[in-house]
Amino acid sequence: MAKYLLLKHYRGAPAPVNDVPMEQWTPEELTAHVQYMRDFAARLESTGEYVDSQELSPEGTFVRFDGEGRPPATDGPFAETKDLIAGWMVIDVETYERALELAAELSAAPGAGGKPIHEWLEVRPFLGGACTVTE
Amino acid sequence: MNELLLRELVPAVIGVLVRRGADFAAAEDAVQDALVEAVRVWPDDAPRDPKGWLVTVAWRKFLDSARADTSRRHREVRVEAEPVPGPVEGADDTLRLYFLCAHPSLTPASAVALTLRAVGGLTTRQIAQAYLVPEATMAQRISRAKRTVSGVRFNQPGDVATVLRVLYLVFNEGYSGDIDLAAEAIRLTRQLAARIKHEEVAGLLALMLLHHARRPARTTPDGRLVPLAEQDRGLWDTRMIAEGVDVLQAALARDRLGEFQAQAAIAALHADAQTAEETDWVQIVEWYDELVRLTGSPVARLNRAVAVGEADGPRAGLAALAELDPSLPRHTAAAAYLHERDGDPVTAARLYAEAARAAPSLPERDHLTRQAARLNARLRG
Repeated sequence: MAKYLLLKHYRGAPAPVNDVPMEQWTPEELTAHVQYMRDFAARLESTGEYVDSQELSPEGTFVRFDGEGRPPATDGPFAETKDLIAGWMVIDVETYERALELAAELSAAPGAGGKPIHEWLEVRPFLGGACTVTE
Repeated sequence: MNELLLRELVPAVIGVLVRRGADFAAAEDAVQDALVEAVRVWPDDAPRDPKGWLVTVAWRKFLDSARADTSRRHREVRVEAEPVPGPVEGADDTLRLYFLCAHPSLTPASAVALTLRAVGGLTTRQIAQAYLVPEATMAQRISRAKRTVSGVRFNQPGDVATVLRVLYLVFNEGYSGDIDLAAEAIRLTRQLAARIKHEEVAGLLALMLLHHARRPARTTPDGRLVPLAEQDRGLWDTRMIAEGVDVLQAALARDRLGEFQAQAAIAALHADAQTAEETDWVQIVEWYDELVRLTGSPVARLNRAVAVGEADGPRAGLAALAELDPSLPRHTAAAAYLHERDGDPVTAARLYAEAARAAPSLPERDHLTRQAARLNARLRG
């Protein structure tokens, strides 16, 4: 098994096919969307492939060390930041093909008009620990 | 009674329940429940006959859940409270469980999870922690696996090769958290070897012992990989090496070579060298030739090329490497190593950095990055 991160972007990914912003959906469409995500996670749990999922607020601030005895320096938020992560799901699957299949399914979550959003999700493999037999 | 002794009883107790008429999935659940109770009750009130106690409690748990099931379905209770007459223990229930849990209809990950629970007696939580997934996910993986094998007859003979692949997977996962999967794989393989006389079972046990014996030297306390040539051989577990060599020699004497015996032979040659310089690379290349012949594995060919580099010089190693698909995992790392040995640090540094970017694990990436950094510093200096 290998773990993969399915990354959802607020910005930075290519535009989805069904590109109506969420605030313009009907309440029923929003409910259907949320339900789809829940069902998807529940189904992955039942197949033994679910690890974690989280959503992130769009706000973010850059922080860095600013010298001994000084408070951390902050900057931003940057409205123009190119790439903005909206959330993720972590899956533990048998093959890379399976990871792609699941990401595609997640990308088919319904949006405006109840039609699939076809949004672009980024699939990133985890770096694992070292296996024992390498010589 | 310690946890390990308790866990050793698990497969036999499952076997008794199945023999009395429980289906495998229900029997396995009941034994897990009994285990939980044993852990709670035994410290204050240890039974004289631990196995008998587990059988009694597990059977009661099974009856309770079977009754709950049938009443849920509004059906007549058909399971009798008294066990059906019949043999209390079969010829070797433990062995049958190994085959069932590694059944070819299971995916490797399912077979691993089921083996650790039903043969190893680990709890779902322990297995989930070892594989870094939520407990609910692991519970589902295990119950799906049980459904998959529900139609398989318990006493159906299986293929020992599938069992060995599962145990090897467990071993290679290493350890994270409380459960040392490598040690658990050795325990399960040792238990299997005691039940079945098979050269490859012995070969795998030897391979595991010979690798495990070197584990303390393989990483630094902060988790860095230490290449074989730089390992402190004083940290190797000589008793475990001696056991591995004994097991291997007994297997080889039966003259039915297989891939695990060949791999163990290579590990034994490494373990036998007092210093890296004393390594018998010529013999190691011969064993890799056997391994390639037995498996045709591209990974074996890659390792063979590195061994050729040690036996006949880096140019020969690079020539052997040139015949292989460059997209093979660790091909670039092997090329970097051989180029450095060939006195070309510029190429080596570039290839180490490239290999680091493609490394499948964090310790390997760090190791390769450090190799590149070391050469780059030397080139600057």
